Amino acid sequence: MIEGRWVRVTECDNIPPREGRAARIGDRELAIFNLGDRFLAVDNRCPHRGGPLCDGIVAGTAVVCPLHAWKVSLETGAVERPANTSACIRTYATRVEAGVVIVELQLRAVGELTTGALNRCTDT
Amino acid sequence: MKTLVVVGNGMAGVACVEQILKYERCFDITIFGDETHVNYSRILLSSVLAGELAPDDITLNPLEWYQRNDIRLRLGVRIGDVDAERKTVTGDDGSVTSYDTLLLATGSSAFMPPIEGLDKDGVFAFRTLEDTRKLLQRAGSGVKAVVIGGGLLGLEAARGLQVQGCNVTVVHLMATLMERQLDPDGGYYLAGKMEDLGIRVLLGRTTTTVVGSDRAEGVALDDGTVLEADLVVVAAGIRPNVQLADKAGLAVNRGIVVNDQMETSDPDIFAIGECVEHRGVCYGLVAPLLEQGKVLAATITGNKGPVYTGTLQAAKLKIMGVDVFSAGDWSEQNAEPVRYEDRALGVYKKLTVRDGKLVGAILVGDTSDSHRYMDWLRTGADLTDRRRHLLFPPPAADGGLDIAEMADSATVCGCVGVTKNAIIQAIHEKGVNTLSQLKETTRASTGCGSCTGLCQALLKAVAPEFEEDTKKVLCGCVPFSQDNLREILRSQRLKSVQEVLDIYGNGLGCEVCKPALSYMLDMLWCGDHDEDRSARFINDRVHANIQKDGMFSVVPRIRGGVTTPDELRRIANAAEKYHVRMVKITGSQRIDLLGVKKEDLPKIWADLGMPSGQAYTKGVRMVKTCVGTDFCRFGVQDSTSAGIEMERRFEHLYTPHKVKMGSVGCPRNCAEATVKDIGLVGQEGSWQVVVGGAAGKSVRKADLLITVETTEAALQAAELFFQYYREHGNYLERTYDFVVRLGIDKVRKDTVYAPDAVRQGLLDRLQKSKARARDAWQEGQAPVHRTQFIPLQPIEQLA
Repeated sequence: MIEGRWVRVTECDNIPPREGRAARIGDRELAIFNLGDRFLAVDNRCPHRGGPLCDGIVAGTAVVCPLHAWKVSLETGAVERPANTSACIRTYATRVEAGVVIVELQLRAVGELTTGALNRCTDT
Repeated sequence: MKTLVVVGNGMAGVACVEQILKYERCFDITIFGDETHVNYSRILLSSVLAGELAPDDITLNPLEWYQRNDIRLRLGVRIGDVDAERKTVTGDDGSVTSYDTLLLATGSSAFMPPIEGLDKDGVFAFRTLEDTRKLLQRAGSGVKAVVIGGGLLGLEAARGLQVQGCNVTVVHLMATLMERQLDPDGGYYLAGKMEDLGIRVLLGRTTTTVVGSDRAEGVALDDGTVLEADLVVVAAGIRPNVQLADKAGLAVNRGIVVNDQMETSDPDIFAIGECVEHRGVCYGLVAPLLEQGKVLAATITGNKGPVYTGTLQAAKLKIMGVDVFSAGDWSEQNAEPVRYEDRALGVYKKLTVRDGKLVGAILVGDTSDSHRYMDWLRTGADLTDRRRHLLFPPPAADGGLDIAEMADSATVCGCVGVTKNAIIQAIHEKGVNTLSQLKETTRASTGCGSCTGLCQALLKAVAPEFEEDTKKVLCGCVPFSQDNLREILRSQRLKSVQEVLDIYGNGLGCEVCKPALSYMLDMLWCGDHDEDRSARFINDRVHANIQKDGMFSVVPRIRGGVTTPDELRRIANAAEKYHVRMVKITGSQRIDLLGVKKEDLPKIWADLGMPSGQAYTKGVRMVKTCVGTDFCRFGVQDSTSAGIEMERRFEHLYTPHKVKMGSVGCPRNCAEATVKDIGLVGQEGSWQVVVGGAAGKSVRKADLLITVETTEAALQAAELFFQYYREHGNYLERTYDFVVRLGIDKVRKDTVYAPDAVRQGLLDRLQKSKARARDAWQEGQAPVHRTQFIPLQPIEQLA
């Protein structure tokens, strides 16, 4: 099991409800979404053509890519539309402390999840 | 020919006359009405109060109908006396009219309970169009209204006043609402729904006094409470108007007593409607009037035979979002109650069954099965086999089942009295395929509209080429057609996307419905809605067009394609400064700067110093022009100025889909105006205004809307069409689909040929929207959110 590194990213109110914002941390660009009751973080690249997911419209717990309307789950990283697409994106565990969104950066090994949702993607 | 005098120009009297006219003419007919309006649908007054219908929309028989049928109509005359010996009636204008046969259709009046101060200004009944007009004049934002009476009428009045902006309290004498139609549980559910709408409900209180000097200032209740009120509506029930019958010496109990042939105790006097009492029952609903009218028409014309045996009492509350239905005898005495309730959903259903037959039904929160129950009630169907499925249809029920179960003689439309059989005949014999054709042919579903779903289902099941003429639902998140949604948002005064999703949808929304709802709200409230950027596509969040690489393109507004050296210099400088990858002249006579980073957008806009060209949105794009009379040797109209002016009038506004326009100075059409959404085509001495053209994925020549002489008239025609499309176009429906869907004739009729008031309304709403519209690029200086354009700057980084 690889220990995650928690990084303080931004004040909660920097992300309006039901919107996403991009954040570059190290060599990664994340898209962090405010779902009202929690924040979810994923890689900011649609598995289709690399569209900026942070600019998508939130539909429930998924986001719709602004380029070609692929729908990606923010909880699991799986592509929900088109159906039967095996591609997915990486998700990151988040928590909120003192009004700040904190994201766990390093990948946890598959099967070793303690927090956050199941991630079917392997590291890239 | 004998003389028939009808006292009362309401639904009952006129419906009966309509039936009488179906027989060989044997009467010279005069109708007296004390209201000044022709016969209208009283049951739709609540829709007028709620602003869903205009007063004229509820007219049932226009003046031409009376003329065509040779009926003398005396409006504004109240008959005060009857002399049954001499066979005359006397009006309050002093006129004396002789009759051979007299028909009393005097209806009923609002019951005024013993409350002190009912004579004060600001106290109203809610019975007539006049009452409704007065209420509409007084109602408005912030006005405090108290409705005395929590029956059907009181609740509809309360909702109407609330839609008009009033703060409304309903005071009801009984312990639960609508106690004549609902059991206490049903009343409880209903009260919850009214409270959810924001209407305060006080139960079990008696109003003692209307307080105030000359004008109502409040009402005092028996428990000592005093409620502030600028407006008091008394809806405490109705009383049959029997004064004339008394004077004529007729047998009268609560109402004028009639037998099964609809005869009174005087062989030359008949009575119908809310003023009569039949087998001990006085009806206050519409369906009985029509049934009575048919019987009475036979009796009165000497074709005695048909009998009236009473009508099953059924009532529906006409408040959108508050579904209430009640029919028959729902008391549990000697009956087996069958119930279902779910407090979270706000659904309550109760059926009462006696000897295996349905005898009563109450539905609150979900009335979709009401027709099935009405049919069981009417036919006395044996329910033994269906006992397990009384409240829910059997799993995977066949869609046509309810229809199939209905008897041919079953009434589908209770307001107009149309049976299933009549509809099937219309479908087979008149070639009816759509709901609007059905309405035209049979008048079914033109009353309260509650049978629309059933009519639709019948058409679907029976019509060989059924066409859905209401558009498909917007999406699964809010399963309503866009027409429907516009109506809901307007009448329910909804102003934010999330509110709509929470109340009428799944609470979540998606990329399909959110932008559509955003557009509708902006259009309906002329920009005065709660803008929610999370419901907008990225282009409308940052006012630029997202490219395949996630960068953006920037198109400044160059009205009519006319620019200046100075603007061009600024564009060139900005393109270099921000390392724009491509500078492109577009097909719309504009310049596109491609490859701008999101965070640079506010800066490049500031450097450009030009307004947004809206090239990224469903909104006003541009007007393409030719050089017209200024330089062209063929030009006959100043198309450049006209085009620039048109662009100025429409710019910054949003539309169902993009709107591209053109203006040309002669029929050579160099700027291709005839394939634009709106085109001005200059001719010698006139302009043609054309609409619905396309040169996109389909190519379509625009239709001629109108030919006018002046530029101003052309611009105004364009404005009328533009606003009409904004209000009636479905989101993502281009004008070329819109015009085809409606037909250019209808578009003309509703815009350039519409009555003055309608045209003015369109122009007013356009002006209102325009007054609020802003150049979106100003948000570069004043962002709606501090991270609108910039990525997050992480507080800490990975070491």
